[in-house]
Amino acid sequence: MTKVNVYVTLRESVVDPQGSAAETALHNLGYEEVKSVRIGKLIELELEGTSAEVEARVDGMCKELLVNRVIEDYRFEIEEA
Amino acid sequence: MKFAILVFPGSGCDVDMHRALNGVFGKEATLVWHTDAAQLADYDAVVVPGGAAYGDYLRPGALAKGSDAMTHLQAFAKSGKLVLGVGNGFQILTEAGLLPGALLQNKSLKFQTGAAKLTVENAISQFTAEYNKGEEITIPFAHQYGNYYVDQETLKEMKENDQIAFTYADEFDQGSTEKIAGVLNKEGNVLGMMPLPERAVEEILGHVDGQRLFKSILKKVE
Repeated sequence: MTKVNVYVTLRESVVDPQGSAAETALHNLGYEEVKSVRIGKLIELELEGTSAEVEARVDGMCKELLVNRVIEDYRFEIEEA
Repeated sequence: MKFAILVFPGSGCDVDMHRALNGVFGKEATLVWHTDAAQLADYDAVVVPGGAAYGDYLRPGALAKGSDAMTHLQAFAKSGKLVLGVGNGFQILTEAGLLPGALLQNKSLKFQTGAAKLTVENAISQFTAEYNKGEEITIPFAHQYGNYYVDQETLKEMKENDQIAFTYADEFDQGSTEKIAGVLNKEGNVLGMMPLPERAVEEILGHVDGQRLFKSILKKVE
């Protein structure tokens, strides 16, 4: 079994109102050094296959469903169990 | 003219759409469950209604894109027949790649509802021919992911092809790129819009400006 963490983030050109709201809240709490907050998501997959096989399959999953590349970027890490 | 209303688990405005097409305009309209989408080819037009297909899980419209129904919808759109997506239906059509761009969460981060003032930008399409260019119309909306995003390069192409059907004339644009409220595909046979025209077809509903969208479709097809 191989474990894969897929990190999905909003593209740089896309405004992230959720991140901006969190940034303001951090400033209100005294964390004034914060210059930017961008909120994304982590998708954890567990699947069969060697890491070489898994890489191409997960890339396909990202492109076909997990990520909307109009608005999102992604990267993933493969952990051999 | 026969309409199919494509229903997914979580679609919510399918009955409203049926009421508009059948109850108000007297047309044959059938609710087609997504697993029966092979029969879409038997219809003249397909409407993808509003709601929250598959609970908006992952992203609104994302899981509907992954369903078998999408193959049939893609083929239907490619045949040149009309496809209308409203609200969540618009989100599904962008996710499926049938329309450019994507819908992000509202700038306010809140679900919002009300009646938006729209400007008709394209009054020659098969969906909008009964309107006048530049005219202001009022159409209700109800959404949390109504913030239309498209990159500048695609936007330029859309303008060249007259693909922007409606823009917001008021503050209800939710942060949308160039206040875009509704878009057409390049071929002009697919329209997606966040406001809900089926909620503006009878006096008792408070608004009637959605009527001419349906009249445009009927005139074109009949």
